[in-house]
Amino acid sequence: MAILGKPEALARHPQHHSEQAAEEEIAVDVRDLWMRYGSMDVLRGLTFTIHRGEIVALLGPNGAGKTTTIEILEGFRTHSAGHVAVLGADPSHAGDWWRARVGVVLQTWRDHAKWRVRELLEHLGAYYAPYSTQEIQRPWDVDELLAAVGLTECARKKIAWLSGGQRRRLDVAIGIVGRPELLFLDEPTVGFDPEARREFHEMVHRQADRDRTTVLITTHDLDEADKLADRVLVLAGGQIIADGSPDELSSRMSTQAEVRWSRDGQRYVHSTREATRFVRDLFAQYGEAIEDLEVRRASLEDTYVSLVHKFEAGEAEAAVQAFTGAAR
Amino acid sequence: MNPTLTAVRLGLERGRIELRQTFTSVSEDIQLAVFIALSLLVLVLLRHRMIPGSHFPLSLSILPSMIGMNIAVNSLAGISGQIPVDRDDGTMLRTKAIPGGLVGYLVGKTTLQTTRMFIGIAIMLAAGVPLVDGVTLNSVGAWLTLVWVILLGLAATLPIGIALGAFINSRALLLLLLGCFGLAAISGIFYPITHLPAALQDIGQVFPVYWLGLGMRSAMLPHALVTVEIGGSWRHWQTFAVLSAWAIVGLCTAPVLLRRMARREAGSRLTARREKLLRTAG
Repeated sequence: MAILGKPEALARHPQHHSEQAAEEEIAVDVRDLWMRYGSMDVLRGLTFTIHRGEIVALLGPNGAGKTTTIEILEGFRTHSAGHVAVLGADPSHAGDWWRARVGVVLQTWRDHAKWRVRELLEHLGAYYAPYSTQEIQRPWDVDELLAAVGLTECARKKIAWLSGGQRRRLDVAIGIVGRPELLFLDEPTVGFDPEARREFHEMVHRQADRDRTTVLITTHDLDEADKLADRVLVLAGGQIIADGSPDELSSRMSTQAEVRWSRDGQRYVHSTREATRFVRDLFAQYGEAIEDLEVRRASLEDTYVSLVHKFEAGEAEAAVQAFTGAAR
Repeated sequence: MNPTLTAVRLGLERGRIELRQTFTSVSEDIQLAVFIALSLLVLVLLRHRMIPGSHFPLSLSILPSMIGMNIAVNSLAGISGQIPVDRDDGTMLRTKAIPGGLVGYLVGKTTLQTTRMFIGIAIMLAAGVPLVDGVTLNSVGAWLTLVWVILLGLAATLPIGIALGAFINSRALLLLLLGCFGLAAISGIFYPITHLPAALQDIGQVFPVYWLGLGMRSAMLPHALVTVEIGGSWRHWQTFAVLSAWAIVGLCTAPVLLRRMARREAGSRLTARREKLLRTAG
């Protein structure tokens, strides 16, 4: 791929590479990505692309390789094999120009505890000033940024004294202070209450709309992926096992249905892919003895939860097959 | 706007902000105060002991030696103590996620640490010189010697401290501190090195602590006391050569080690380390 030869040049003058306009529309391009720790393959041939302006959720159970994937894309880890291009450059060898265009929201909790909120945002933001372009004035104005993440009241507070939710919003503010073109969020709402989570989702949407920021978020929570993302990548067993919009995934995977009924005071439950035929046979066999009939389509969530259960029970291969089978 | 210059300027700002934080932090003020109080106590306790073979008090030679030791300990155990802490709490990873962040971080830490060190030296001079009789910091030449020994001493020890900080963990810190004081014991800080066994003298002279002490003594003590030193000389040229050699070793290794450490830093490693820490603590 031609882009790899001059990542720095591309990062510096994105507008001068009109012949690569199509490439420019792709923010993240991953092909056959492998990651091996010792003798264990954590990632086994991931392939996916993320387009500019998309919000993509990388969804998967704990241990599926989400964090490994995002850390490779952030440039904090080198991969074992495969092709990775983030904003046109290999993240593990990209320079400061590339770094200035990427925002990272870390899962950290304690750094800069003695600093004050405004002071830290001003300080960290100033590093981005030399990297302004005609289109993007870096960094964010700190007052605007504080208002955007709802921390105006806490501007002069010491960071150690912030609540968990405020600290998380500060982490996001730090992640976007350089007005990134691509933002990585690794499990951003762990430990949030529903209210804080909804506020957080709104904040990410506002940011994505405002600057047409591309967002990649990892989560193990389907609901979050559903609410936040334009597209969901399901990662399990080191592979992408599903890729589509939440609606697409939901309609593709909800083929399984649950039939409940009672007969002679006894309750029964049966899972089937062909609910209609099953119910017809049921009536043919027992007729009026069937009572309390209930047919329920498994939601995307049911399918996903069963995947996670199987996965955590150590039946990774079986789970992946069941899930991909269901998706077809 | 030059990105590197911006990062350096921001590093100075970081140093200034963190310096202000240490002065509003009671625990760090107490640390500095206790260290200085202990040093002065040593001077008072030893004021009646004489330097062997002279009629000068031992405390007179200990004051400059301790200032020299202070520079080395501050750089070797001070800055190297902050890097693992900043690695464990995520500061290091944060700076890595920012363009020019690592440069800013290093400039900031160096600014913070050297400023604190200069404040410590100033207090020890101001309080120590009246306590011991006979300090001869009364010529331009003496002050010039003081300045070049301090600056070269910093260059010899700060990069080594950063390099050490890059690969030790926070629990190895105590060992490092003990090592520093062990080194002080064979470097003629509290007693003339010429009274140590020859083998220990040789070892002591490999490390910068001895040369920093010697250089400070040469600046602050009456010339008559040169007789207590090895070879009866202040050995300025050797001081210059040994400290320069350490500076070169440090400046060559520190950036490599620090880059390697920063490259290895990732969020999941941070989490793993924190969990390990909590497990062993609990």
